[in-house]
Amino acid sequence: MDITRRRLLVLLPAAAVAWKFVQAGTPEAAPNYKMTEHWWAMLIDIPKCIGCGSCVRACSQENDVPEGYFRTWIERYHVADWKIERPEVESPDGGKQGFPPNEISGGKNFFVPKLCNHCEDSPCTQVCPVGATFVTPDGVVLVDLGCRYCVQACPYGCRFINPKTNTAEKCSLCYHRITKGLTTACCEVCPTGARQLADLKNPKDPIHEFLKTHTVQVLKPHMATGAKVFYNGMDGSVR
Amino acid sequence: MVIAVIAFVVLRAAVVPHSFGEYGHYRGDAIAEAAARPVVHAGHDVCEACHTDVFDQKKLGKHVVIACETCHGAQLKHADDPATIKPAKLDTTILCARCHEANSAKPKTFPQVVSADHSGGLACDTCHQPHRPKIEDTAETKSKPATEAKK
Repeated sequence: MDITRRRLLVLLPAAAVAWKFVQAGTPEAAPNYKMTEHWWAMLIDIPKCIGCGSCVRACSQENDVPEGYFRTWIERYHVADWKIERPEVESPDGGKQGFPPNEISGGKNFFVPKLCNHCEDSPCTQVCPVGATFVTPDGVVLVDLGCRYCVQACPYGCRFINPKTNTAEKCSLCYHRITKGLTTACCEVCPTGARQLADLKNPKDPIHEFLKTHTVQVLKPHMATGAKVFYNGMDGSVR
Repeated sequence: MVIAVIAFVVLRAAVVPHSFGEYGHYRGDAIAEAAARPVVHAGHDVCEACHTDVFDQKKLGKHVVIACETCHGAQLKHADDPATIKPAKLDTTILCARCHEANSAKPKTFPQVVSADHSGGLACDTCHQPHRPKIEDTAETKSKPATEAKK
């Protein structure tokens, strides 16, 4: 189609209207926050975790998580010397009130905090037929309503159906906080620094030095989910 | 055929949210909605701006690294309206035990006690000042001569 002077006169106002529409649909996550400048992750330093449950309580308060459901939780592992493949795992009330003294002696005992792994290639977003769960341009897996298919697809068991809203719910990496320059509620209250929010796109973030100098793993690496919750000092028995 | 195409275009425009597909196969506005949720934990910087006396105490002990809301819970409402909304009084018998009760799964270097043997049911703040818990560091013992403080 040739652009004549007459057609241009007609097209220009139409383009202006269309551009306004495009701008109106561009959500500003928070003032001064640019999604393209961040790529969020978390570091969990298992040898520092004391299983106090502060992260679970803070998450519940921050995100109004229903009683008995958890966006983050703590597991206590007991690995007997001769049962490395079959660890005993417990998480009473998600570890929200801490853990009772461990009666079992021998073997290894340790805590493992868990949450959504905010996978780059997450199975949960891939199975969603309507785009109700997705990876944001800054690397956070969010939920916008939900039909339950994703709950089954998550290999880490991080999703649940909120009984109040009847929709899928999970850790949002406190998206309402990190976009305002705050850390997540769980990292804010962790008394030993076992949880650290990390921005992989920020070259000054201490995570880069930590990843270089420590042996760090992700959960279920064989599933190639691109998990972004990195665990330091994780025993091979952790599932 | 033309009517069917027009009907499809009109219906699609009516049903699909306008921001769908902006960043990918999802509703773009959902990101801004997630970011707009209210914050509940104020963060230690906000607490320390007013409670400088407590922060000065914390700086002298190991609990300096612990955020206020780890023990006191979410306090943004209190920060917004400190005159009306007051934080609840805490029970140190429960609170301190969550971190310091002996448990074989805790790191060996972390200070742990069996509270039944250590305090015999007494509240921890009977002897320890929670913001600066090491007893030897308290002002009274420091002001006294070393021999007297050890008694």
